Amino acid sequence: MAFTFPFSAIVAQDEMKLALLISAIDQSIGGVLVFGDRGTGKSTTVRALAALLPPMEAVEKCPYGCAPDQPAGLCPSCQHLGEGETPKSHKVPVPVVDMPLGVTEDRVVGALDLERALTQGEKAFEPGLLARAHRGFLYIDEVNLLEDHLVDLLLDVAASGENVVEREGLSVRHPAKFVLIGSGNPEEGELRPQLLDRFGLSVEISTPEDLKTRVEVVRRRDEFEKDPEAFIARWQEHDVALRDKILAGRDLLPDVVVPDAALERAAQLCLSLGTDGLRGELTLIRAARALAAFDGDREVSDEHLKRVAPPALRHRLRRNPLDDAGSNVRVGRAIEELFGA
Amino acid sequence: MTESAALELTPWELASIAAGLFAVDPAGCGGVALKAHAGPVRDRWLELLRGLLPASAPMRRLPLHIADGRLLGGLDLAATLKAGRPIAERGLLAESDGGVVVAAMAERLTPATAGRMAAVMDAHEVRLERDGLGMRLPTRFGVVALDEGVAEEEQVPHVLSDRLAFHLDLIPVSTREVAPSLWTADEVLAARQRLASVEAGDEILEALCGAAVSLGIASLRVPFLALRVARAAAALDGRDTISQEDATLAARLVLAPRATMLPAAEEENEEPQEQEPPPPEDQQQEEPSEEEHQDPADMDKPLEDRVLEAAKASLPAGLLAQLKMGAGSRSRSSTPGKAGALQQGNRRGRPVGTRRGELRAGARLNVIETLRAAAPWQPLRRAHALAEDPEGSRRGPRVHVRRDDFRITRFKQRTETTTIFAVDASGSAALHRLAEAKGAVELLLADCYVRRDSVGMIAFRGQGAELLLPPTRSLVRAKRSLAALPGGGGTPLAAAIDAVRELAESVQRRGDSPVAVFLTDGRANIARDGATGRAKATEDALAAARELAGQGVKTILVDTSPRPQRSAQELARALDAQYLPLPHADAASLSSAVQTATG
Repeated sequence: MAFTFPFSAIVAQDEMKLALLISAIDQSIGGVLVFGDRGTGKSTTVRALAALLPPMEAVEKCPYGCAPDQPAGLCPSCQHLGEGETPKSHKVPVPVVDMPLGVTEDRVVGALDLERALTQGEKAFEPGLLARAHRGFLYIDEVNLLEDHLVDLLLDVAASGENVVEREGLSVRHPAKFVLIGSGNPEEGELRPQLLDRFGLSVEISTPEDLKTRVEVVRRRDEFEKDPEAFIARWQEHDVALRDKILAGRDLLPDVVVPDAALERAAQLCLSLGTDGLRGELTLIRAARALAAFDGDREVSDEHLKRVAPPALRHRLRRNPLDDAGSNVRVGRAIEELFGA
Repeated sequence: MTESAALELTPWELASIAAGLFAVDPAGCGGVALKAHAGPVRDRWLELLRGLLPASAPMRRLPLHIADGRLLGGLDLAATLKAGRPIAERGLLAESDGGVVVAAMAERLTPATAGRMAAVMDAHEVRLERDGLGMRLPTRFGVVALDEGVAEEEQVPHVLSDRLAFHLDLIPVSTREVAPSLWTADEVLAARQRLASVEAGDEILEALCGAAVSLGIASLRVPFLALRVARAAAALDGRDTISQEDATLAARLVLAPRATMLPAAEEENEEPQEQEPPPPEDQQQEEPSEEEHQDPADMDKPLEDRVLEAAKASLPAGLLAQLKMGAGSRSRSSTPGKAGALQQGNRRGRPVGTRRGELRAGARLNVIETLRAAAPWQPLRRAHALAEDPEGSRRGPRVHVRRDDFRITRFKQRTETTTIFAVDASGSAALHRLAEAKGAVELLLADCYVRRDSVGMIAFRGQGAELLLPPTRSLVRAKRSLAALPGGGGTPLAAAIDAVRELAESVQRRGDSPVAVFLTDGRANIARDGATGRAKATEDALAAARELAGQGVKTILVDTSPRPQRSAQELARALDAQYLPLPHADAASLSSAVQTATG
């Protein structure tokens, strides 16, 4: 069994951790893209998230892990249940599905169940990674190296929240709502703009400059590699505290008020940056609300907007390759102008 | 082993030490990037490593064009057909558990393959999601990446090399220097057992991290790997704590080859450092206290200084020159990867479905689809077979596959276009031309990422041509490499055309199609041999141009002089190029001209 590095033991990289946590509070924010240099702990952090998330309620034996209390999103197998019948459910960990680079299309969307077809001559559908990721997270490391036809496929499913399979004489549709998490190194290739747009938040990370932090990173990694079990046990308490905070945030989320002033601010910010479409504004508001919930605040304030604006907007600026100022600088400038230094 | 660290080490000794340390902790150290020509020296090193590893540890060779199915695992065709249900086959990475994977010609590994290997190394397990199978197979292995790269753009993919602790260079080693191992397999075995109990003090950690910062190494994986190496060194020496010597050795082996900047000004100051028992390379230590580039935190840490010294002392000669060229050397290559696209031909690209087909050479049978096609007919065929031959069917295959069932995968691959800009950086208009060419590169890149094309840039001036930007798709990298552009001097047109031809050749070898764009007025005044003189220079340039034309490279010549020049038109004819007079060539019109030309 491979052990997972505890989330709370990850040193620095606060923006990335925050982006992941708020997208865990409100899944509709729509995914996190982490771009950064090699050896900055991108993959470690995302995989750690899986171990941190509180378990969820799911219909027993449902291959898609449907939520028992949300009949609207039920999959074909759960829809057969009679009227008023409550399906049996149990607690399962939130899926964080790794989409490895070498994946083939049939494993992503699902395909004919080979074993049953061969042995029993039955036409059955074997769900793929998209089905497994339903209600959870789909993680693609080196997302910019992903083959194009798989990107096309993801774009479609991520937009519709539904996976439609029409192959091998099968015709299946099932819900596939997941939070897309991608990571990569921008030096190894660009990301298709359409895919970029699907990510709600984007984070750029770099290695910490400060020596103390760096020493701490190496030290913890070393302790973990030497005795993973003891290390995880030591950080258990912190992870539990963080998990409780996520749960509290989720409970609070519907009650968080977004005052008109905040809406206006968000609109102004997007306008001054010239972001394409309304998606930026929407994401900004949702992220600010999730952050407020995470902090235990009942109202979205300027402070929340300021903190989530860079990850929510940075990748939505219209590209001007001749402008040397990075998008970070442009977002920073706009925030400063709007909110005052 | 500390004795050996105290001496001036030859490259072979260094490599030999690395082999010992690597054998102690293959998975922990990640591996070795071994730059060497194929030959006896490299073979001896591999033998030496083999001898140090436990006899039970596998040492598997990873061929360059390994299919994903063999790398990660997949469906075992024979067993599946026999058993009548999917049988998984373990891939090479899973089979190498506990041992070493030797990747041949690693400089031509595709980034995708390297990425897959890196993911397996990180997770210590193979996560298989292919061919209708989903499995997790734990595996821990070290990698020896054999790097035969000659050109600068040929390097082991960074995603892999970043995870390999040792970067060794055996090219300067002659067969005479090759010596037997410094350790025996038993000593390595004892060290393996001791490894887990070796403690690392805080000052060791700080020293390694600090030295990494001072050498301009950003990745945090590197000091961590150095720590693993230091731990292996202590274990091999039979100690339970990492000593300063272990740390200095690790710095030499792990940090020095990755340095991207010098920690302090190069000054030959013979003042020796404090005399502790066996300080490494005391003789040639340089005074480390020039503060300019150093973190203030570095100053009063003798250990860190010594670690840094050790690393500095083994910096390869000529690195400074390389470093001056900017971050380039570090980020030079993410391209090596697409190597071999030609050979892979129809195995890659976007699968556009399968079709019924014959098994011919070159056709790729899609096993899954074939079985799926056969599946519905199984009961019928079984019954049929039984009716025909009641005895035979019992011995017959569990799955009846007929020729009709064969499904061949069809792939569609668009060859990529690599646009090579060759920019005349000579004379007075150089800066303007360079700036506009840079703009055009960035515009093209910003525009073409959907099409996945790449762009490179060569500038020529003075005595020769310089590859400023190796073909890349990354806008980020282009911006960085083209940040500072030198200009002025003569016009070595012939050298430039030669450089373009070489680059175009390597692009063609990869299976992509190159397009060359020259920005010049065509007035050459430096000949191939570097001599000045217009007549000879023009003659050489035209000769070089005809050679390039003979290679079938699509070429565009943009005449940047205020009035169309005869020299440029002649050159365009020799190049068989499209001639575009653009006296005020600006970035936007350049990029659109190139896009129209390349279609």
